[in-house]
Amino acid sequence: MSGIPHDHYEPKTRFEKWLHERLPIVALAYDTLMIPTPKNLNWWWIWGIVLAFALVMQIVTGIILVMHYTPHVDLAFASVEHIMRDVNGGHMLRYVHANGASLFFFAVYIHIFRGLFYGSYKSPREVTWIIGMLIYLAMMATGFLGYVLPWGQMSFWGATVITGLFGAIPFIGPDIQTWLLGGPAVDNAALNRFFSLHYLLPFVIAALVAVHIWAFHTTGNNNPTGVEVRRGSKEEAEKDTLPFWPYFVIKDLFALALVLLVFFAIVGFMPNFFGEPDNYIEANPLATPAHIVPEWYFLPFYAILRAFTADVWAVQFASFITGGIIDAKFFGVLAMFGAIIVIALAPWLDTSKTRSGAYRPAFKWWFRLLVIDFIVLMWVGSRGTNHPYDYISLIGATYWFAYFLVILPVLGLVEKAKTPPATIEEDFIHHYPEASGSAAE
Amino acid sequence: MIRKLTLAAVAALALTPGSAFANEGGGKYGHVEDYAFSFEGPFGTYDQKQLQRGLKVYTEVCSACHGLKYVPLRTLADKGGPGYTEDEVRAYAAEHFTVYDPEADDDRPAIPSDHFPAVTGDAAGPDLSLMAKARAGFHGPYGTGLNQLFRGIGGAEYIRAYLLGFTGEESEVAGQSLYENMAFPTGWVRMPPQLEDGLVEYDDGTKATAEQMATDVAAFLMWTAEPKMMQRKHAGVLAVSLLLLLSVMLYLTNKKLWYPIKHGGKQANL
Repeated sequence: MSGIPHDHYEPKTRFEKWLHERLPIVALAYDTLMIPTPKNLNWWWIWGIVLAFALVMQIVTGIILVMHYTPHVDLAFASVEHIMRDVNGGHMLRYVHANGASLFFFAVYIHIFRGLFYGSYKSPREVTWIIGMLIYLAMMATGFLGYVLPWGQMSFWGATVITGLFGAIPFIGPDIQTWLLGGPAVDNAALNRFFSLHYLLPFVIAALVAVHIWAFHTTGNNNPTGVEVRRGSKEEAEKDTLPFWPYFVIKDLFALALVLLVFFAIVGFMPNFFGEPDNYIEANPLATPAHIVPEWYFLPFYAILRAFTADVWAVQFASFITGGIIDAKFFGVLAMFGAIIVIALAPWLDTSKTRSGAYRPAFKWWFRLLVIDFIVLMWVGSRGTNHPYDYISLIGATYWFAYFLVILPVLGLVEKAKTPPATIEEDFIHHYPEASGSAAE
Repeated sequence: MIRKLTLAAVAALALTPGSAFANEGGGKYGHVEDYAFSFEGPFGTYDQKQLQRGLKVYTEVCSACHGLKYVPLRTLADKGGPGYTEDEVRAYAAEHFTVYDPEADDDRPAIPSDHFPAVTGDAAGPDLSLMAKARAGFHGPYGTGLNQLFRGIGGAEYIRAYLLGFTGEESEVAGQSLYENMAFPTGWVRMPPQLEDGLVEYDDGTKATAEQMATDVAAFLMWTAEPKMMQRKHAGVLAVSLLLLLSVMLYLTNKKLWYPIKHGGKQANL
């Protein structure tokens, strides 16, 4: 795939030429910033910038927090209180970092669902999509590890439950769990390695983000029509695109400012909204909280984990044919990870030739149902497992898998899609009739 | 056997509160009445006089069994807190608390750089430093918790309701006296009722009714849990204001920038 034709960096001064021959770093920055971007991108395309900002914000606040935090079971909880009470601006740093995780996941969910609707995962952007899913997995690991560090009750019991998932793997599970924890239970060894990995993974994410951007700068952005930018010549490409700087940078920064406005209202006025009161009680291995609830951003997958109880026929069937190796607990774990893997497989599950969901009348409804399903799963994940929550989570989990494994493959074959505009320019002029003036000039 | 039962009972008591609240009420217990504290809402502030009264109730009543081990005594002089002078804090620390000094192998009077002591031993109750954040009274509407923006998470309300929630009923389980409390999720607690009218004498002349003391000490414990609340709200107001300004400027910049693109080369008339 040759990129979209556009002006490249030309070194002008003697120094620039000298440097360019040795390290074309200015060219890299220039070409990245001036990348031709479809001019019809709508407001759903702003979340990438929010995510990049959130990553940097988390790394910066995190590095400062580490300067005052002590990863030891006897000292961790107190060191967090030290940050909250004694460190200059420490209470803001910690609340920004804790709520920053929520901002990060809020943005990534919109970003993923945008991709699912507009078909951003389809050829030739499968690699961008897969890298994105790896970033999401690394984010989940980082979020989980970070939640353990304050060493509150929910930290401790959340860590116990989540590492217990690995313990559900047949035969080798308990050994894996012990290996992950560095001992038979969540203790100082676990806290230390969780701290180490919580510090490491954000930099892995940063590297993956660079690859993610590299990948979609190679293929070019998708856009609401799903129609590719014309690449025959630079002039043709310029009818469909605008350079990223300044047009999209300014637009994205405006959106970012609005998002941050809401974010800082939450940090300033209700910083514990996303937290659990139990996490202000120091971890106590002898006292189990009545309800162990993960952070909100894990809830949809937590609901899927809990949906498959031993009385579900699919579980009984799996247990029967594997001679009991797959029990309800392991089935739940497989379902939870499977629910994420099916998202990653979307490029190969979706058979529709039409990329953007905007031109697929039936798909639109199934997609809306998926969004509702996600929200319902999130809600039901925060409830108990009693009736009717067990049914709701089972129905929700079933639809989640049905969407990816049945609806995406079948709908692409049977649905009659509308015809998208021939070019991005046409779509843009459809929205802004006056814009055609410039084309005539 | 008895020991095991007691342990189980204690564990059950120690554990249920915070999370049991997450359940929809139901049942006759776990009732937390709303109270309009001065520190609620985006612009709410601590009432300095109330914090001072609450400190007095804590010192004379609660501190016998409950520590505040995360709270440095010096913060009693911090802005936005009870607002004592440094001399007053020094006198208060020396008068009420002693700290073990390993070098002298003996107790010495507390100084402002010490924390409120932790209380340990059989009769000790939980540490109260963070209690107002470790209990949530409100989860509405519809379990979303959004009313936190205006009412807080209800930890102070929970403490107030707890202190006032005793019915006078008493029972004994495995040699352990339990007292019925309407605010507590499971209804029975180990702590005997504490507050009665006139138990302390307030310096500012406020009448020390049980309700007044419960309210004051709840406010004080909100401060011990969140001593930087006022700084945080100031930062929030500042951040929101600046971001609003930035948003408006970026909105106009963006509009001007895109105008020629959307209008066939014509310049924006802003």
